[in-house]
Amino acid sequence: MSASVNYIALKSIVRKECTRFLRIWVQTLVPPAITTTLYFVIFGGLIGSRVGEMGGVSYMDYIVPGLIMMSVITSSYSNVASSFFSAKFQRNIEELLVAPVPNYIIVLGYVIGGMCRGLLVGCVVTLVAFLFSDLHFHHVGILVVVILLTAMLFALGGMFNALFAKTFDDVSIIPTFVLTPLTYLGGVFYSISLLPEVWQWVSKLNPIVYMVNTFRYGFLGISDIPVAPSIAMLIAMTIVLFMVILNMLKRGVGIRS
Amino acid sequence: MKAIEIQGLTKTYANGVEALKGIDLVVEQGDFYALLGPNGAGKSTTIGVLSSLVTKSQGSVEIFGHSIDTALEAAKSCIGLVPQEFNFNQFETLLQIVVNQAGYYGVPRKEAIKRAEKYLTQLELWDKRNHRARELSGGMKRRLMIARALMHEPQMLILDEPTAGVDIEIRRGMWDFLRTINQQGKTIILTTHYLEEAELLCRNIGIINKGQIVTNTSMKALLATLNVETFVLDLSAPSADVQLTDFDWRVVNDSSIEVDVAKEKGMNSVFAQLDAQGIQVLSMRNKANRLEELFVAMMGEQANQPKTTEEQGA
Repeated sequence: MSASVNYIALKSIVRKECTRFLRIWVQTLVPPAITTTLYFVIFGGLIGSRVGEMGGVSYMDYIVPGLIMMSVITSSYSNVASSFFSAKFQRNIEELLVAPVPNYIIVLGYVIGGMCRGLLVGCVVTLVAFLFSDLHFHHVGILVVVILLTAMLFALGGMFNALFAKTFDDVSIIPTFVLTPLTYLGGVFYSISLLPEVWQWVSKLNPIVYMVNTFRYGFLGISDIPVAPSIAMLIAMTIVLFMVILNMLKRGVGIRS
Repeated sequence: MKAIEIQGLTKTYANGVEALKGIDLVVEQGDFYALLGPNGAGKSTTIGVLSSLVTKSQGSVEIFGHSIDTALEAAKSCIGLVPQEFNFNQFETLLQIVVNQAGYYGVPRKEAIKRAEKYLTQLELWDKRNHRARELSGGMKRRLMIARALMHEPQMLILDEPTAGVDIEIRRGMWDFLRTINQQGKTIILTTHYLEEAELLCRNIGIINKGQIVTNTSMKALLATLNVETFVLDLSAPSADVQLTDFDWRVVNDSSIEVDVAKEKGMNSVFAQLDAQGIQVLSMRNKANRLEELFVAMMGEQANQPKTTEEQGA
């Protein structure tokens, strides 16, 4: 198929995905705003004022990047996981499978859709954060690169989950038992330098630690982890997951009998 | 030009079920072809392979000369699929469903909206274009799937039981529509359990059973093999008074009988005998659709065939 045909197909999938999450904005955009507002009020305002400084900045400022990142991760992941699984469940994924759409366009379409939701939620949370903290941008380029890569990686993760999922429970198991613990233990609320050495080492096995710290560097100029290797790792993980999913689609895993 | 050329197609599912056991099938361009068979015969698997929703185990499949092994995307572009189950997003509007589908085939949005108006209007759904799909009746949902399948203007339409659960008025409307697009040159492959529908619409027919093609011929040639037809006659006199010789016949109710008429005998003798008894035939009809009689007979023969050694050992 020609590039223009693929481009139209890609636009159609992205449009469909964006229409879906905007149609149900009360479920997709409002909850992260409310949740993070509560985080800002409780952790940042009430408890944070007693915690004092962390990493040389106020506790409120310290947690803002992590909370933005957390909402982007959750939204990107759940958008693709629930949308792709619903398409499998309702069988409307067949609309795409019978059409001459290359697999990489299908993946990109869903992933861009998930990224759009993740980034939109990220913007909403950032706007809320401006109400509570004195945010400034230390390195906009790093912020943009890290947030795009993170949204993409977790949108791919959502697709990986949805391909394997056979029931709606399967779609919620990974976010509940893997994603949430990794995020909370990913240095959103604390610096891993506060942990005993062995737990610092364990924390460094958690990829979310790298994302949160690199993103925090973009805002505050502080990080527990070197920035460049973190970005390299993010790029490598994104490429590997993209290739794994393409291979699964080629073999028809979870979508063809 | 052959619309479809299948050779030695087999499909064994992961659970070991052998759905297709080496099918050979040719459908010519422009044909209106019926693919019939009992439930579980392999019809939907065949359609699944053609539309690439099911991966074949062995064999070759070409669609308008494009092999699904080497030119899958070109092959896919030739087909519009109307599946048996509703498979659209129930929460999307009709317009979103059909325009998105066109987009997947590379049809630009402006053109897609024009086509949406054309096909939704033809299928009497344009007024509902901004309704969500779940708000439609069963018949409307079936027509929506036909409109969606036509959005990329494929050369061939494959319809898997398109009129299941649709009332007779809408069904007739759909028949007219399908006849019209076939006359305009679109190849149509139809599976249906309404054999009357297949007899009315299709020129050629393939019957599949237990994963094998039992018959592949023209509708006319197949119907010509029907030797005995059963007619129901409504009479002016009580059926108890009727005397008929040389025919197998039975009383249906007080004023109706049914008569088995062999092709070589014809009906004249029945009318002559009744006339001689002063009994008028008020009306007459086939007891069953002719294709249905043949189909039932063929499936019966298949069931009565001795099992092969392999099957007996299985």
